[in-house]
Amino acid sequence: MDWMTDYYSVAPLLSKVHETLRTAMGEKATLALEGVALVIGLILVYAVLAIVLIYMERRVCAAFQCRIGPNRVGGKGGLLQVPADVVKILTKEIIRLNRADHLLYELAPFFVIAGSFISFACLPWHKGAPLLDYEVGIMLVLAASGLGVLGILMAGWSSNSKYAVIGAMRSGAMMISYELSMGIVVIAVVALSGTMSISGIVESQEHLWNLFRGHILTVIAFFIYLISGNAEANRGPFDLAEAEQELTAGYHTEYSGMHFGFFYLAEYLNLFITAGISTTLFLGGWMPLHIPGLESLNMVLDAIPGVIWFVGKTFAVVFLLMWIRWSFPRLRIDQVQTLEWKYLMPLSLVLMMATVVCKVYGWVF
Amino acid sequence: MAEENNRLVTCCPQDVLKKVCPDAKVEGMDADGNMVTGAAAETVWLVPCDEIESISQVLKEKAGMDFLRDLMGTDEGEGRTGVYYFMERTSDGVNIILKAVAQEWMPSVTAVWQAALLKEREVYDFFGLKFLNHPDMRRLFLREDWHGWPLRKDYIPDERDDAPGNEKNTDVTVCFRKKPNGDVEAEHNVLFEDGDFVVNIGPQHPSTHGVLRMRTAIEGETVKKVDPILGYIHRGIEKLSEKRDYRQALAMTDRLDYLSAHHNRHALCLCVEKAAGIEVPERAQCIRTMMDELQRINSHLLFYSCLAMDMGALTPFFYGFREREMILEILEETTGGRLIQNYYKYGGVQADIQPDFLEKVRAFTKRMRDVIKDYDNILTKNVIAQNRLMSVGFLSKEDAISIGTTGGTGRATGWANDVRKRHPYAWYDRVDFKEVVYSHGDSFDRYKVRMDEILVSCDILDQLADMMPEGAFCAKTPAIIKLPAGVYTAAVEASRGEFGVCIVSDGGKSPVRIHFRSTGLPLVQAMDTVCRGGKIADLVAIGGTLDFVIPDIDR
Amino acid sequence: MEIKKRAALSNMKWEEMNDNSELLKFAEELNATGAGVVVGWADRLIDWARSNSLWSLTFGTSCCAIEFMALGAARYDMARFGFEVTRNSPRQADMIMVLGTITKKMAPVLKRLYDQMAEPKYVVAVGGCTISGGPFKGSYHVVDGIDKIVPVDVYIPGCPPRPEAFFYGMMQLQRKVKMEPFIAKKIKKAGKEEKNG
Repeated sequence: MDWMTDYYSVAPLLSKVHETLRTAMGEKATLALEGVALVIGLILVYAVLAIVLIYMERRVCAAFQCRIGPNRVGGKGGLLQVPADVVKILTKEIIRLNRADHLLYELAPFFVIAGSFISFACLPWHKGAPLLDYEVGIMLVLAASGLGVLGILMAGWSSNSKYAVIGAMRSGAMMISYELSMGIVVIAVVALSGTMSISGIVESQEHLWNLFRGHILTVIAFFIYLISGNAEANRGPFDLAEAEQELTAGYHTEYSGMHFGFFYLAEYLNLFITAGISTTLFLGGWMPLHIPGLESLNMVLDAIPGVIWFVGKTFAVVFLLMWIRWSFPRLRIDQVQTLEWKYLMPLSLVLMMATVVCKVYGWVF
Repeated sequence: MAEENNRLVTCCPQDVLKKVCPDAKVEGMDADGNMVTGAAAETVWLVPCDEIESISQVLKEKAGMDFLRDLMGTDEGEGRTGVYYFMERTSDGVNIILKAVAQEWMPSVTAVWQAALLKEREVYDFFGLKFLNHPDMRRLFLREDWHGWPLRKDYIPDERDDAPGNEKNTDVTVCFRKKPNGDVEAEHNVLFEDGDFVVNIGPQHPSTHGVLRMRTAIEGETVKKVDPILGYIHRGIEKLSEKRDYRQALAMTDRLDYLSAHHNRHALCLCVEKAAGIEVPERAQCIRTMMDELQRINSHLLFYSCLAMDMGALTPFFYGFREREMILEILEETTGGRLIQNYYKYGGVQADIQPDFLEKVRAFTKRMRDVIKDYDNILTKNVIAQNRLMSVGFLSKEDAISIGTTGGTGRATGWANDVRKRHPYAWYDRVDFKEVVYSHGDSFDRYKVRMDEILVSCDILDQLADMMPEGAFCAKTPAIIKLPAGVYTAAVEASRGEFGVCIVSDGGKSPVRIHFRSTGLPLVQAMDTVCRGGKIADLVAIGGTLDFVIPDIDR
Repeated sequence: MEIKKRAALSNMKWEEMNDNSELLKFAEELNATGAGVVVGWADRLIDWARSNSLWSLTFGTSCCAIEFMALGAARYDMARFGFEVTRNSPRQADMIMVLGTITKKMAPVLKRLYDQMAEPKYVVAVGGCTISGGPFKGSYHVVDGIDKIVPVDVYIPGCPPRPEAFFYGMMQLQRKVKMEPFIAKKIKKAGKEEKNG
């Protein structure tokens, strides 16, 4: 594959750094240092991304709503609006509730944030830079997102508020059902790619993105994934757990200050993760667009670094999800369940079978 | 059956009344049989209070008086309370007013009309008159631990009510029944069982459209019972108006249902003008009609916005407000106010319209017809919105009439109740417009009625813009308006139903009793009927489609 | 370090405000004791953030609430100035805008909502009714001014106020917030307790 170039692979650089450190400090210290550096780096990226996403959401929704959105704080574009919000939330009082289950109440936001953080660490940002890359990486992502559900259930239960309980129960019922169709669609992709490791899935889309590989099947799978991912991230039209107009603030009604901030951040990061994983599964992750037959164009596209490809594609999906959120009314709880159990689940099962059959007989591209 | 219907349409309720109750006599007649009331005063039939329930039953069955427009209490002195019953036949708009005076007990008419359920509680709340056989004899607006009966003439505010603590609500209500020997015994009705999961929706809640509070018993997500608790914005407007003269009372009306500010004011103007015999110039009539219609579109746009928001779609909210700002601009240029305009006055309007008013209205109606397609695209045709609204929250025509849900809610059930058609006022008899009536009575029909009415209002505006006559915008009126003794009523079609005014005058410069027929009170009453068996999300959407404004209910 | 006398807003200049005397008095009071350099700067950062991110509780009781909705809608768009969202849960709100008449039945609810809010919290009284009872002053069921129930930071008169008046009042609040010595106050309080204890 002469057009596959390795200009931007960071793997050699990283291994060089690792070698140097190892010779200087020894194996164990190096690993510890790298681990700490990685986590700090990830937290930074996590925080910055949250700010970027919140800013984007506000501008995008303002554009849909024929208004301007934040544009005063910090110069022309209102760029410092979200940092101002963050500083404010950081310095806001955290209320200690009188009659609450304190252990669960305090733990819940960390469960939610930890769930999204682990999934976040699995994203394939760039060629040769997988952060968490196991053989069963995609399973880890699915498992980690389950942690978020637990956090929300804990939050709702421990707050000692009726709204919060209703919100949490809705969220629990909804997320557990949508994880089914999500998992089944993922299995279809795994069958297509032949591996469960995230980097492996990306590598397998070298010639063609998964989206185009399985005729119409993968396109439908992509949309099923987006819908269930949207539900997983608790965003409109599936924001029943929060349902501002019904439950004031749903499961986090009683949370204030940074505890609420964690839920808020996690919501946006979950949006990014949903978009990122769907990019990985269907749009080739960091893999540039390759069109068979157009070698020279592929060369040009290869010249763009993988991280830009990944972030670009992810943000495109994020925009799509925001578009849906700001145009659709909220579903009702029974409609949510009907959609999942009567339509999405059977459909994804059929899809999975069809994809496996196609793969076995080699009818895929 | 058809024959009987015909008989119902033609028979005169007065004849039926005289037959069933020979004692009934007209109020305000002196010994010689001459009327001492003003020329425009309504005929009020005094009936004995013990017979009121049976009379009502007969009037409803024999004379077809199926719609209890309103029920009003008055202080008759010496601890007695008078209750006025305003009844109407929906088929042809014939009406009759009954009055009964009681010392302590009055039989309830809740068995005849559901509308009496809340209105009798209102009378109890204001005057302390207890109703027999009323299933739920609680206070309506004031707190359960309130002292005294505020609308009695001798009421002195109690200091204990000034700084109340947190409110406690009873789960058990009382119902008074008369035993054969004449004693009254209290029976207890349970509102909420101990095991019920009761969620408080409101008074501070984003979707109650104000400070309504609904104690809602739910089972899982399903609504079992809704118990509305009112009065969080009860400002005592009726009592305040009794202390002021007619001109001052006018200022309060805008603040009742602020989305029908013009309509409310129009009703009081009509009532006082009728009673005092003030002739309103043609130009003022036309201006008033146009302003009313602008106000109606304004309100319906807000309805659209808020309904969309209640369902979780935020973008349509901004669409509605965009066009609403255009109306506010037109209104502001002429009246000087955006929301509360204080524009109508007795005899006409405050100021003449701006020179470019008519052009701006034409431009607006043109734009409105264009953008309503956008509205449909984003909400009406949206599959989720349709699923959330269609076949949800049914209200039958019978229930609608019995509860008295006028306006769009009633018209969605097939009940043609538009006051502009039933009892035309201002210039509504000169314009050609169609009354929007749907038949299913579900949330979607309620929504469609309002959306269609926007277009109907645009039609009316266009016609009136071409008809605007020259001339004076206000008639000369005396500095102090005094109404001759008697009972006067007037009604207009406000944005969300029939808004009525009833004035009881003794010939002085301020009313003895002034009462406003709230458009929203029946709508809130309907919540329980409509929401049962629905989901919590439905409750919010139904609240949005019923479209009530709380200050109008609480007054 | 001196606390800034003139709280600057990028949206509206100091001179354009009609009345600055209250704020000048406030600044003088604060400057009587001064603040440390590091603490002062930290406070400035916090104040900047807080003043630019005032989320209000949706608490519309009557007419003024509709004008507040218009304030959030496209033409006036308060999100431009940092009043991005209105929170429905008092725990997450920074200020409570009391929009409309408060009756005696509602008063305990308002008090309770105020108590439920997390520090720092501010109260804006909007419209004649909340300031003095407005047209309903003297009614048996109306509280004549919410300052009898909760401490009010800014009054916005009008019936209802125009959206421009809303902005003016909200910017006054922003300026007030910009002067608050957040950390300095805490340190001083701790110092006092030490002395007393």
